[in-house]
Amino acid sequence: MNGANLYASGFGRTRGDVLLSGAVYAAVAAVVGLSGWLLYDLLSHGLGPLSMTFLTAEVEASGRAGGIAPILLSTLLILTVCLLSAVPLGLASAIWLSEYADLSRGLGRAVHHSLDVLAGVPSIVFGLFGNAFFCVYLGLGFSILSGGLTLACMVLPIFIREAEEGLRAVPQSYRLSAAALGFSQTRTLFSILLPAALPGILVGLVLGVGRALAETAALIFTSGYVTRTPESLLDSGRSLSIHIYDLSMNVPGGEANAYASALVLVALLVVINTTASWASARFGLVRRAI
Amino acid sequence: MRATPIAIVAALLLTLGACNASGPGHKTETLVVTGSSTVAPLVSDIARRFEGENPGVRIDVQTGGSSRGLSDVRRGLASIGMVSRSPKDGEDDLQWTAIAKDGLALIVHADNPVEALSADQVEAIYRGRVEDWGLVGGQPAPITVVNKAEGRSTLEVFLSHFGLGSRDVRSSVVIGDNQQGLKTVAGNPDAIGYVSIGAAELEAELGTPVKLLRLGDAVPSTDAVRSGSYPIARTLHLVSGESPSGLATTFLDYCRSPDVADLIEGQYFVPLAG
Amino acid sequence: MFPSRGDRLLLPGLRTAALLTGGVVVLLLAFLIVEAWPGLRAVGLTRFFTDPSWHPAGEEGTFNLAPMLVGTLAAAAGALAFSSPLALGSALFCHYFAGQAQATLYRRLIEVLAGVPSVVYGFWGLVVLVPLIRRLEPPGASLFAGILVLTIMILPTLMLSADAAFAAIPEDYFKAAAALGLSRPAVIAHVVLPASRGGLATGLMLSTGRAVGETMAVLMVCGNVVQTPDSLFDPIRTLTANIALEMAYALGDHRAALFVSGLVLMGLVIALVLAAATVVREPA
Repeated sequence: MNGANLYASGFGRTRGDVLLSGAVYAAVAAVVGLSGWLLYDLLSHGLGPLSMTFLTAEVEASGRAGGIAPILLSTLLILTVCLLSAVPLGLASAIWLSEYADLSRGLGRAVHHSLDVLAGVPSIVFGLFGNAFFCVYLGLGFSILSGGLTLACMVLPIFIREAEEGLRAVPQSYRLSAAALGFSQTRTLFSILLPAALPGILVGLVLGVGRALAETAALIFTSGYVTRTPESLLDSGRSLSIHIYDLSMNVPGGEANAYASALVLVALLVVINTTASWASARFGLVRRAI
Repeated sequence: MRATPIAIVAALLLTLGACNASGPGHKTETLVVTGSSTVAPLVSDIARRFEGENPGVRIDVQTGGSSRGLSDVRRGLASIGMVSRSPKDGEDDLQWTAIAKDGLALIVHADNPVEALSADQVEAIYRGRVEDWGLVGGQPAPITVVNKAEGRSTLEVFLSHFGLGSRDVRSSVVIGDNQQGLKTVAGNPDAIGYVSIGAAELEAELGTPVKLLRLGDAVPSTDAVRSGSYPIARTLHLVSGESPSGLATTFLDYCRSPDVADLIEGQYFVPLAG
Repeated sequence: MFPSRGDRLLLPGLRTAALLTGGVVVLLLAFLIVEAWPGLRAVGLTRFFTDPSWHPAGEEGTFNLAPMLVGTLAAAAGALAFSSPLALGSALFCHYFAGQAQATLYRRLIEVLAGVPSVVYGFWGLVVLVPLIRRLEPPGASLFAGILVLTIMILPTLMLSADAAFAAIPEDYFKAAAALGLSRPAVIAHVVLPASRGGLATGLMLSTGRAVGETMAVLMVCGNVVQTPDSLFDPIRTLTANIALEMAYALGDHRAALFVSGLVLMGLVIALVLAAATVVREPA
């Protein structure tokens, strides 16, 4: 960071630099402008109906009235199932791909490419597949479990590719030093590689959580549409994103609560992401001190 | 790290099994209902009330389209299917129960001076023979024709009413659900589309800039659909297998009973007479 | 070396995990093929590209997917063209222009964009963007609207991948560059970009996947008329929108034809992946 900061402090101003700065600030302005516009739209429509009771009340009249308590719970459960299955599996795959596999041929190449293909599968196809495989073939029915596992399939390629890139960016010298110190492979992995690759892994996690929370089409056919408070993971439960979809596309007069639900979803995401990056900062510091 | 996912799934399943086993002792009977996204919000509301009146019963309503309702009932994945249209040839292997009516209104932007169109004018517009509002009594401007996607039941009802084939329509925008149609027309002063009357009435009341067009002399309103004086309407159905279970039969009867008329009206559909 | 007991279990375990994740695609493809098979057999693959139009319902169905393939590609390519400079600029900003606090705040903003549901993007596009575009050129719902919405949707993936790639560049590179007296543009052009090529390629790959596979938002703003676009302002239908619009009511051959849409889309993604693999040399 120090080297980079040298430039942030204005070292080496040239005409090229002025041009570059102009381009960069223009891009940033465009992004801030567009997203500000979008978020302002969300805030201005969504803040009205938002209240504590909205978060704690049951759904009434198809969502036009009442709150979103059961839906929040279902959403969190679906996300938990998704992350509990996608993160360990994804991390293991990413480690294998970056540390052990030969990506130019054979299995390594096949897995690597198949993940890229998986990233381009439309969510509705995931939904139909998840319904056929998890709900019907494995007999899990419309359930939070089916939904979470379907989402896991969807989030895997994103998480793996980012984690893999993070691992690959760890300098070779780290591995050599660990080997020279006589560290076992397992110890190298857990004490050196994974902590060093944390930024990449974290980006994968953030993008994965974002994707999972935002997903609609893959969940309509798997976790389902039921607005009752789920009693187990085998119950059907409607996610926030489906609720937003249904209210905005299907329920006349549902727009106000659709906006409010969207705002809740965005807030939830901010909380999760902030917690993740705070935790990783702490975790990262502890590791660096060793 | 090895076989973690399998272990996790297994652990989850075990926990679940344990939860269920140690849960309340009484047995719950569950009915799965799947199908049309148009009907799903209504049946969800009905199911909620039914559950309240019949403890120990759970009705799980899932959505995904009329075709899903039909195929799930045929494959035994659901006891009841929701279908937003009337039966076609070759579909009498299932029992069809009508629960509500839904009229279709032609809508334009609130700023459009046109108040009514004749059936011939509508047909000409959708065939692409009339492409300018000036020719049908409006301000001269190219008409944006909003049509529904192929296979949707509102499209079929609309086409058959005006004697059109799906290939005859020259559309500028193709939409899916009602609300998308309303938003498209509300954002385009030169657009014409058709949506559920109830949904259009409500949105117009809420201040969305859309206007329901008279079709000749017929005024589109839920009242007119109820009295039968407005010509374009479809019937929403529940389908079930040859011999539905006791619970399914009870629920089907409940959906047809006057007890749920207020819920049907709450979704801006029209209860069937009786 | 001295492999511990953990080490002996490590590699087989990792390989099993990788096999499992690789297997998801195989399962998915198999599922698609099984569902599409009746359609492929009844209609034949060639007719999906040579039929006069897409009117799959009814007796004499016609099944041309080619215009939708073009529409999908055009929308994805347009979105990448718009989004890439924005994302690159944003990532450069976070690392070499902004202070720590600014950068964190900006990243949080982008992360929020990553989690906004497609419906919300679609809704915003339909209510805000489409009427604006209509003023330029009716009907508004168009390829251009789709490109703009997709641009914002893929931005987080592109930007955060680039950001992580920049973060991974070893400190020594900058010290060396500073010692050489290189200016900021020169460092970015000759140090930062080459050193982060792998991460940039990953982001590009993932966001192409997202752009091609995105459904709901595109469905709401693109107009969905099945036609090969002549201009940016023509309405188009993408393969994904086709599935989402019609699946709800499709039966028989029509339903199978929609699965063929899915299969064609997968074929497209596979082709893109293979093309990308030959262009960007795989990191070893």
